[in-house]
Amino acid sequence: MSTLTDDTLPVPPRAMRDEMVAFGIMAVLLAIVPLTGIYPFFVMQALCFALLACAFNLLVGYGGLLSFGHAMFLGTAGYVSAHALKVWALPPELGIIIGTAAACGLAVITGYISIRRQGIYFSMITLALSQLLYFIYLQAPFTHGEDGIQGIPQGFLFGVFNLAKPTVLYYVVLGGFLGGFLLIYRTINSPFGEVLKSIRENEPRAISLGYKTDQYKLLAFILSGTLAGFAGSLKVFVAQNASLTDVHWSMSGEIVLMTLVGGLGTVFGPVVGAFIIIAMQQYLAGYGQWVTVIQGVIFVACVLTFRRGIIGEVARLLRRSL
Amino acid sequence: MQALYAQLLVGLINGSFYALLSLGLAVIFGMLNIINFAHGAVYMMGAFCAYFLLNIAGLGYWWALIIAPIVVGIFGMILERTMLQWLSGLDHVYGLLLTFGIALIIQGIFQNYFGSSGLPYQIPDALRGGMNLGFMFLPVYRGWVVVFSLVVCLATWFLIEKTQLGAYLRAATENPTLVRAFGINVPRMITLTYGLGVGLAALAGVLSAPINQVRPLMGADLIIVVFAVVVIGGMGSIMGSIITGFALGVIEGLTKYFYPEASNTVVFVLMVLVLLVKPTGLTGRAA
Repeated sequence: MSTLTDDTLPVPPRAMRDEMVAFGIMAVLLAIVPLTGIYPFFVMQALCFALLACAFNLLVGYGGLLSFGHAMFLGTAGYVSAHALKVWALPPELGIIIGTAAACGLAVITGYISIRRQGIYFSMITLALSQLLYFIYLQAPFTHGEDGIQGIPQGFLFGVFNLAKPTVLYYVVLGGFLGGFLLIYRTINSPFGEVLKSIRENEPRAISLGYKTDQYKLLAFILSGTLAGFAGSLKVFVAQNASLTDVHWSMSGEIVLMTLVGGLGTVFGPVVGAFIIIAMQQYLAGYGQWVTVIQGVIFVACVLTFRRGIIGEVARLLRRSL
Repeated sequence: MQALYAQLLVGLINGSFYALLSLGLAVIFGMLNIINFAHGAVYMMGAFCAYFLLNIAGLGYWWALIIAPIVVGIFGMILERTMLQWLSGLDHVYGLLLTFGIALIIQGIFQNYFGSSGLPYQIPDALRGGMNLGFMFLPVYRGWVVVFSLVVCLATWFLIEKTQLGAYLRAATENPTLVRAFGINVPRMITLTYGLGVGLAALAGVLSAPINQVRPLMGADLIIVVFAVVVIGGMGSIMGSIITGFALGVIEGLTKYFYPEASNTVVFVLMVLVLLVKPTGLTGRAA
């Protein structure tokens, strides 16, 4: 059987160099955005989703586990952060920490349950678990059901940075994104990441070599869920609301789509994919449900003709690792 | 007591839909190694097909019961020929992603033209009214749905487990290459199998049209519950899918009576419990 990603692993030192150069270019480009007059809220939103997609990609691209319920981490962290900021009036840094910790706790529980099955069953279980959470949030009083939590105060990060100013908020979100991205990058290239890739390629062999693959998969799941939660907490400051949309299965589908478009198992693919999908939603917002249809068409086109994704194809063309 | 029996009946009806849909998923997974995410969308298409037949062609419920599964089944076979067949040999996940995309396209198109609200579909004259069973009042149509679904499920089980065609099908599931060597056209069987699974979903859609109204998203949430049913029951056995489907419907109905707040979530909670106790599912083999 062919695996999800078919990257021909290039020689590590050169691969690392290519990727660091690409990272430098990406960081500089993102850092000068506020000077260019591009609408910062669009970029901030895209950055949150890019981090989310990168976290998702850690699990599917390197662990071979396709989660169809990653929206539950986004939504849970969002709700908890929003509640902490608005009702408990906590400062932003604590709000982010509590929201991320909630996603981490959720990932421990859901990971323990879902890694009991592999492949397609894993996807169905994560989807069912996120739907379970959706119904819980629909009924729980603190989420305010269909209305969601709105008008969330942004506050002063560490008591100094005024997050109500778009430029300040932009650099805080950018810092969070780059930090999360580097953490994922470091994980992929660590001994832990190598074992994860070996599980993706051939789990029985990894087991026979003495690795407790369940522990590796669980740890990858927790890391991925926690970072997805971190993205959800950051998004609360950008969108200033937390609603049921963020926990719905269609959101999980969008996360999958972003990563698929950019390239499963590529370092930069999820970032590119997130920007493309968010931009598309922005421009096509007036066309109602046709956006759903277009997303479906992209899914079909990607799976049938374009499985490497944009960055995967570019990397193959240039014979570089990206 | 009346309310309890009423909820049990609702549970049995939902159970019929779970059984018909998870049966189709299991049959398709056996032959194509694909989890058909579009199953909810074709269920919806079945209901819309019945609606169009009535309002455009003037053909009533009984015609819809025959025509809708055939039309939607042919649509499914076209999907299989043009798209799904290219995925053989790839990771199973791509089948899930492709059919998810197809579901988004179908549901999006229907939403564009019909919004999100429900369209009414009348119960056919012959099945109106109700019977007094002494301990409860049974609406005839609801009784009909349960009995008819059960018959269809058992007929499908008979077709696959007891007939010559079914024997080919099971053999092709185990070892397609060898079956092809015996001169049996396996690709055509795969296409027909997908058509059968999709047709069963469309039939469930027709049955549900008078009860749940005809809505573009009527299958979207249902399919996730059916996934949980499939995880609980496993996809290894046809009879297992049928029994799990009905049983979970009944459990959901009981929950609606005793603890209504949990009725949306009970199937998912049961899935978690089953995974903790017996990770392979109740009837399934390790996958």
